[in-house]
Amino acid sequence: MVELETFLGIDYPTLWYLVVGLLFSGYAILEGFDYGAGAWHLFLKKDLSRRIAINAIGPLWDANQVWLIIGGGALFAGFPVMYATMLSAMYIPFMLFLVLLVLRSSAIKFRSSEEMIWWRKTWDIIYFISNTLIAFLLGVVLGNVLQGFEIGENFSYKGGIFFAFLSPYAIMVGFTTLSIFMTQGAIFLLLKTEGRLYARLTFLLKKGMIFFIISFAVTSLYTLVFLPGVTDKFKENPVFFILPILAFLAVANVPRLVSKKKYANALVFSSLTMAFLLMLVAFQLYPVLLPSTIDPKFSVTIYNAASSQKSLGIMLTIVLIGAPLLAGYFLFLYKTFHGKVKLDDTSY
Amino acid sequence: MDTEILARIQFAFTIAFHYIYPPLSIGIGLIMVIMEGLYLKTGNKYYEVLTRFWLKIFAITFGIGVATGIIMEFEFGTNWSVYSKYVGDIFGSALAAEGLFAFGLESTFLGILIFGWNRVSPKVHFISTIGVFLGSMFSAVWIVVANSWQQTPAGYHIVGEGLNARAEVTDFWEMVFNPSSVDRIIHVWQGAFLAGAFLVLSVHAYYLLKGRYTTISKKAFKIALAVATIISLTQLISGHSSADGVAKNQPAKLAAMEGHYEKSAPADLYLFGWVDNQSQEVTGLALPGGLSFLVHQDFEAPITGLNAFPEEDRPSQVNAVFQFYHIMIAIGMFLIALTLYASFLWWRGKLFDKRWLLHIFCVLGNFTANSQSSGLVCCRNG
Repeated sequence: MVELETFLGIDYPTLWYLVVGLLFSGYAILEGFDYGAGAWHLFLKKDLSRRIAINAIGPLWDANQVWLIIGGGALFAGFPVMYATMLSAMYIPFMLFLVLLVLRSSAIKFRSSEEMIWWRKTWDIIYFISNTLIAFLLGVVLGNVLQGFEIGENFSYKGGIFFAFLSPYAIMVGFTTLSIFMTQGAIFLLLKTEGRLYARLTFLLKKGMIFFIISFAVTSLYTLVFLPGVTDKFKENPVFFILPILAFLAVANVPRLVSKKKYANALVFSSLTMAFLLMLVAFQLYPVLLPSTIDPKFSVTIYNAASSQKSLGIMLTIVLIGAPLLAGYFLFLYKTFHGKVKLDDTSY
Repeated sequence: MDTEILARIQFAFTIAFHYIYPPLSIGIGLIMVIMEGLYLKTGNKYYEVLTRFWLKIFAITFGIGVATGIIMEFEFGTNWSVYSKYVGDIFGSALAAEGLFAFGLESTFLGILIFGWNRVSPKVHFISTIGVFLGSMFSAVWIVVANSWQQTPAGYHIVGEGLNARAEVTDFWEMVFNPSSVDRIIHVWQGAFLAGAFLVLSVHAYYLLKGRYTTISKKAFKIALAVATIISLTQLISGHSSADGVAKNQPAKLAAMEGHYEKSAPADLYLFGWVDNQSQEVTGLALPGGLSFLVHQDFEAPITGLNAFPEEDRPSQVNAVFQFYHIMIAIGMFLIALTLYASFLWWRGKLFDKRWLLHIFCVLGNFTANSQSSGLVCCRNG
């Protein structure tokens, strides 16, 4: 085994694992409310409501999407082997995901550019479907990673290509992801709207929360009963049972804050729920990135998938310089567009 | 058809489509910065109208560029998984740096650009425009570095064998400043400025011909013409320097670009021609010894020809490389002549009198994009 470089006592691959984890958590939290808001789109009936909903995310979604690009880049850069194996195994869901991303961004840009009713209705449907499916597919991919893949020698994927990704468990995780995104999206829209649309969203948020609690409970039960391997780590270190408890407490706090109309805080707590759930996943997997269902020795781990120590060192430097800059841009952006949506001549 | 061909077609289609948009957004970005700068300086409302108009087009080109860019990012993994493992160490850091430094800047400030007119002061808006423009220029740097590394690799060593072989970085700066990256990045930036300028020229020539938005179109046309004239001239210099780099670092590619086969002989410079790979002859119009002169400043100097390389190291499609290279050069020359002539008319105050000239500019928007694509195809096939 090669001597591993360390920083603050943590080895480079583990540090990079944390960086990737942070990036994807950022992506889930920020794009979570974008996709979530879009998944409510057809539940908002009036054209004006739909315009307001799109303009609520209008200035932000492009920036939020950066987290996907950096996260993907970070995965490619830090763990090329993992990137290669996962995208081979998840070829179909990722291709679908890409097509949906294109449709979604076209819908945002073109939906309000024409007055015709048929034009707007068509884009509304496309927008709704793409957001819903993207949220669902992200969960499906996560579910697959948790379950493991048929990975053989040399990290080559041996499983099915077309429908293997649609296992019952992956579908459940897909619904859980969709539901938490929708909760997140509804809170975000509440923060951005007024009047009757606001009243309607209060009602929708309740449905979203119920949807989330049911999906979450079913998925957790299924995991405990049918996939005992997925909880091994927790049996070894019971301390980490704090994570699911924290996730539960965070989500339980959301309705309380919503009833007090503290939406910004509610958004923070639903984001925390997501963060705790992702930490749970990260903790369960570490140091494995993609478990092999054929033989654990074929699993892709952060050590056998990592780039060279040199390269990881360079990238950690890049992150240390770049992250504060990016944080600054985001603060400025969110400060500029703080407050309720006001439609004007620059709106979509 | 086997899956490799399908995967190649899919990737080629994505990259060709993708490569239309980022250069356009860099070019339009430059024009937007000039327009908004003039608005701030003069307070003339016409410039504000122009900035807002081109911002809309910028947003669309940027959006398509991002969407297709994400597709490419993931296609590396889905279509070329073995290659991704091989180069991950190298490309990864370039991609990550692009995301953080370039793309983060561009995407966050784009929101302020589009929706921020009534929310931030004109000065802050202008600074955001510059931020977006710089972001788009940086992003080209990282991507071109990765591409240049494929052409002239440096600062790495190979670890492992067969399917497990991979390139690992040994020296970051040597990898970034590999022999061809500086020339190539300047050439690509200039190409992007030209593409943007000609799109602006084309759209406003159309409006002028139709007699719509005449006042603002004249202003925009002049801005874009100034950019196009300066850049098409400097492009000549950087193009020459790029070709010099190719002569040094990739002699086989240079030989293919001019269809030069003989091992060691003075090489001609073709204006146009057709390469027959069987008989190793080029039919066309050439300046004898021209290539020798460009590379060594001597008409008699020998240039290494394709036959000096073992069969497997030669580009397989010599004629294609030759043709795409010459299309790129021919378009470049034509643009220099055209912009110089138009600038001359501008100086004489007769710029908008000649309708035929506007007609040419109007249809020309497409050609610059083609010159870009030809350069890309020439570069990738060689």
